[in-house]
Amino acid sequence: MSVLVYTETEKGKFKKNAFEVASYANAVAQQLGTTVTAIAFGADNAEELGTYGVSKVLNVAEASLSDFNARAFALSIAQAVSSEEAKVVLLSSSTDSKFLAGILAGKLSAGYAPNVVAAPETTEPFIVKRTAFSNKGFAHTQIDTDIKIVGVSNNAFGVVENPTSADVAAFSPQINESDFSTKSVEVDKVVGKATIADADIVVSGGRGLKGPENWGLIEELAEVLGAATACSKPVSDLGWRPHSEHVGQTGKPVASNLYIAIGISGAIQHLAGVSASKVKVVINTDPEAPFFKAADYGIVGDAFEVVPELTEKLKEFKAQNA
Amino acid sequence: MKILVCISNVPDTTSKINFTDDDTKFDTNGVQFVINPNDEFGLTRAMWFKEKQGATVHVATVGEATTEPTIRKALAIGADEAIRVNAAPTDGYFVAQQLAEVIKSGGYDLIIAGRESIDYNGGMVPGMIAAMLDMNFVNTCISLEIEGENATAVREIDGGKEKIATSLPLIIGGQKGLVEESDLRIPNMRGIMMARQKKLNVVEAVGGTQATKDVKFERPAPKGAVKLVDSANIDELVNLLHNEAKVI
Ligand SMILES: Cc1cc2nc3c(=O)[nH]c(=O)nc-3n(C[C@H](O)[C@H](O)[C@H](O)COP(=O)(O)OP(=O)(O)OC[C@H]3O[C@@H](n4cnc5c(N)ncnc54)[C@H](O)[C@@H]3O)c2cc1C
Ligand SMILES: Nc1ncnc2c1ncn2[C@@H]1O[C@H](COP(=O)(O)O)[C@@H](O)[C@H]1O
Repeated sequence: MSVLVYTETEKGKFKKNAFEVASYANAVAQQLGTTVTAIAFGADNAEELGTYGVSKVLNVAEASLSDFNARAFALSIAQAVSSEEAKVVLLSSSTDSKFLAGILAGKLSAGYAPNVVAAPETTEPFIVKRTAFSNKGFAHTQIDTDIKIVGVSNNAFGVVENPTSADVAAFSPQINESDFSTKSVEVDKVVGKATIADADIVVSGGRGLKGPENWGLIEELAEVLGAATACSKPVSDLGWRPHSEHVGQTGKPVASNLYIAIGISGAIQHLAGVSASKVKVVINTDPEAPFFKAADYGIVGDAFEVVPELTEKLKEFKAQNA
Repeated sequence: MKILVCISNVPDTTSKINFTDDDTKFDTNGVQFVINPNDEFGLTRAMWFKEKQGATVHVATVGEATTEPTIRKALAIGADEAIRVNAAPTDGYFVAQQLAEVIKSGGYDLIIAGRESIDYNGGMVPGMIAAMLDMNFVNTCISLEIEGENATAVREIDGGKEKIATSLPLIIGGQKGLVEESDLRIPNMRGIMMARQKKLNVVEAVGGTQATKDVKFERPAPKGAVKLVDSANIDELVNLLHNEAKVI
């Protein structure tokens, strides 16, 4: 028996969330008195996972499995679960992991708990704490099936080193041609820029910025911080920014370390999607804006004055602390 | 083309979330229930297929009799028929099993579900159905075109989007983008009157197993007061973020 963790890669390199889910897997394995096996698809430095307590890595080298395909990846992971006799399977909260999680759970007849924020409270019965009601509450969810799937929330458990040496073995899942019947034909993706899903810092603008022509303000601040840019729903509805930047209850969830909200009122649907961020800073002209009640730090002031100055001060700070 | 839209009945987005029975149950007192927003985008896209491509649209929900106003609303928006599986939706796995049964017996070509229900945030039902029925599946779907047996979908990915070619039968997990906010329809009087004549088939649950249960709920810890920084003193904010919050 072992704990199996799916560690995601991007062009052969592990994503940051891979180290976080591996760290989580190690905590579960210690509770269960077992070891961690990881499965990766085309990882260049698979042994790197040893740093986070993974003792064995199944590295899939098949060219047909070099690019993400939810069904083919889910079936491969299911085969690894049975060859390793794994009882607990860990996934991240990335869009890809959430895509394959349901398929995997269906194939394994396994219960799945998503958005989990802490190591299991008990393993007999198996209970995990997760966010629910779009961050307006937490649920303690008991998984009763023989195999249990846990989706770990971004940035909640953290990366924990636990050095061991990882044995890397090639793994060749049996996947049929017919399992590739949903085919990727085109990927349109920003490269070299932090994304809302994995950024440590997110800078977000609302209707208070008046129009798309003012977004340079947001982008410059984001650039100094190495942050991803985001927006409120009306901003994407108005076409000022792409839909992929819309965050909140009906948009993308944000679980960054720092969330800076500029010209956003803080409607309940917006807050629901961003409140998992650890530290929130609000810049708004209206001292009564509801967002101030949910924020850690705030400046009552005009974005057009405050933001350029903040960007300058941060540049100075970065220069001094480089 | 025969379409099934899966509708989950959820608290309105403005609802205050409270728990009762020693924090083991969600308190529905005073809560307004609505069509899950992700499903409403999907239903509206289904109406487009009905009007432009002659599709038949059914809606299904797994829920007790109290969910009927929500399913009637879907009929008022324009769905042709509704199915209610008469059971409490205890967990995602149970719901997926029930819907898989409805899909098998109904012979649908396209199943439109949502990316997630905004109450329990499972995000699992459509993927589970896809696995149970070995169907093509596209999640976080923001655009869908069907021509004959062929489907072209766009899904949101972290940092962008991906175009996918696939074929029917297909299930999607949809969200905003499938249609725009401004395309959403409020049922009119005529729609509401017509909905009363439409078929709402109540079927009993097929066995099914519950894989998970929520044993306890908790509300987030109350937040401390915000620290306000004077706009004339922005250095102070940089200092706090570095030394106190330790996030830069
Ligand atoms: C079903 C449903 C789902 C929804 N889902 C989401 C969601 O997922 N995400 C989301 O964001 N919203 C969502 N909403 C919309 C939400 O209710 C709010 O309408 C929206 O968040 C408001 O966006 P905003 O704060 O940018 O704009 P506004 O509410 O217009 O606020 C603008 C703010 O900018 C401030 N301001 C103005 N000028 C300046 C200036 N010069 N400098 C600084 N501040 C300034 C104002 O004081 C104000 O507080 C949803 C609504 C519904 C009904
Ligand atoms: N009780 C239910 N009845 C019908 N469809 C449901 C139900 N629960 C979930 N779904 C569908 O599955 C999607 C994802 O839900 P979930 O996995 O619960 O987050 C929803 O958007 C619905 O389309």
